Amino acid sequence: MNKHMDLTGTSPGYRVFSAIVLILLALFFIFPLYWIITGSFKDVIEINARQPVWFPQSPTLDNYVRLFEHPALRWLFNIVFISGAAMILTCLTASLAGYALAKKRFIGRSVLFTIIICAMALPKQVIVIPLLQEMTYLHMNDTLWAVILPTVGWPFGVFLMKQFAETIPTEILEAARVDGSGELNTFVKVVFPMIKPGVGALAIFTFVNAWNDYFLQLVMLGSDDKLTLPVGIANLQGEMSSDFGLIMAGAALAAIPIVAVFIIFQKYFTQGIAMGAVKG
Amino acid sequence: MAQNTDVATAAAAPRKAKKSQKPSGTSGMSRALVRRETISAYCFLLPSLVFFVGFVVVPMFICLFYSFLDYGLGGVAGFAGLDNYIQLFQDEVFHKGFMNTLLIVVVAVPTVTAFSLWVGSAIYKMHTIPRSFFRCVFYLPVVTGSVAVTVVWKWILHPYNGLLNQIAGTTGFDWLGNASTAIWFIILILFTTSIGQPIVLYVAALGNVDTSIIEAAQVDGATKLQVFWKIKWPAIMSTTLYVLVITTINSFQCFALIQLLTRGGPLNSTMTIMYQVYDTAYRLQDFGYANAIGVILAIIIAIFSAIQFKLAKTDN
Repeated sequence: MNKHMDLTGTSPGYRVFSAIVLILLALFFIFPLYWIITGSFKDVIEINARQPVWFPQSPTLDNYVRLFEHPALRWLFNIVFISGAAMILTCLTASLAGYALAKKRFIGRSVLFTIIICAMALPKQVIVIPLLQEMTYLHMNDTLWAVILPTVGWPFGVFLMKQFAETIPTEILEAARVDGSGELNTFVKVVFPMIKPGVGALAIFTFVNAWNDYFLQLVMLGSDDKLTLPVGIANLQGEMSSDFGLIMAGAALAAIPIVAVFIIFQKYFTQGIAMGAVKG
Repeated sequence: MAQNTDVATAAAAPRKAKKSQKPSGTSGMSRALVRRETISAYCFLLPSLVFFVGFVVVPMFICLFYSFLDYGLGGVAGFAGLDNYIQLFQDEVFHKGFMNTLLIVVVAVPTVTAFSLWVGSAIYKMHTIPRSFFRCVFYLPVVTGSVAVTVVWKWILHPYNGLLNQIAGTTGFDWLGNASTAIWFIILILFTTSIGQPIVLYVAALGNVDTSIIEAAQVDGATKLQVFWKIKWPAIMSTTLYVLVITTINSFQCFALIQLLTRGGPLNSTMTIMYQVYDTAYRLQDFGYANAIGVILAIIIAIFSAIQFKLAKTDN
């Protein structure tokens, strides 16, 4: 019996212990989101109460009404546009480039790959001053494109797609070539269907990352109608630092769409990220 | 970093060998093939390279160039040589920022790695639904976004309206305004926003470990710890390396937390190299110096990553 227990896993005592610890930790990790959402429905008295108010006793939409006195919907549109455009452009360019890096033997390949790996370790913040001047030069300063273009340039997508494209059997590509299939045709008909799960993972990953790239948005965007929701909330927090009801309403508006996207596409996301990295 | 190229070329080598063994492949043809492959490869790479070179590589070199200039509010005042770098060594704020960054990395990276490995081990054998649930929950702070997470913590830690003081009965204590506690809360919040991805990676990696070897070892009387250290640990080594590198980079880059909670204060107790780059550029408007700090930050991250690659290699 004891032997059998050992084979199936760990001792029952440890299992109970780890289950309890896991559940407590899970509560701790869910709590900030819970506090944002419930907080956004609390009135001024509950927000400023000296005792914890675990659940709003008289839920109010007042915080949201005050939030929409600011151009919050515009900020929401901006962040959706930035994340969506960055997602589409990254998936297109990275799947093409990743395939070439994985499956083509060309001059300069290992040098290029080394530069990509090094650039991935480089903090974006380091290059932000020249980047800002570049955008001014291109007349894109304080536009949404000033955030989108550097996000697309970030080489993580290429790295991830290379990992995926490496699983394509070379024989299939050879066969397509023998059949007289052109390069682009091979990519569209043979390669793309095979790396589709990877593209799905990259799409969600890019969308979530672009949504949360507060630093780039903060530095690149200035005028009130160009701001994104995260920057807008950060500004509100700076201006009215104790109006937590209003700030929580903003945080909820910023967090709920992206959490929903994540939960709906969770499967592709976790699978894709794990596959890409495990092979790396 | 160099190891990666080795891996890449090593992976390429057998394929090349295979190709040349084919009867149709004469040496003249293979040269034509290489040229053809190179041209088509760069066509595929072109769209990506436009963005990568234009918005990452070029700014990188401009940044390096600026770090040698005397470049302040009034524009470029001249060539500064190594002055910006020399100034770094005498700058008290930089010393403080360097030590804080080191503290964050040294505390956060091992904690995040060990903790995510533990959670990964605890959940990878569960059924699909509880496993997805826990994986999702630990990823939640990452997805919620640094700004939303930071503002809610600001409220929780508020001296009077904050939940922490209400529960702990320490009304009025300003956790973020205290030079000895502020940095620990930064590390705690950073921790909650860092473990999501490592857990996903560990769950996948542990699920890929060959169970027949583990069962065989257990039949031979191996203990839990032996199974872990002798079988599982080596099998997930590449994942651990990846986790170490991404967590290190994340810890170096932690920005929203510091900008929204403490702005580097009180008394520079939460100043980091990263935040100093921003502060020097945007508040002090000293672009030459900010770029020099940026270059040093990039070099430090490169050194850390290289050390981790080296350690992982000798471990194997």
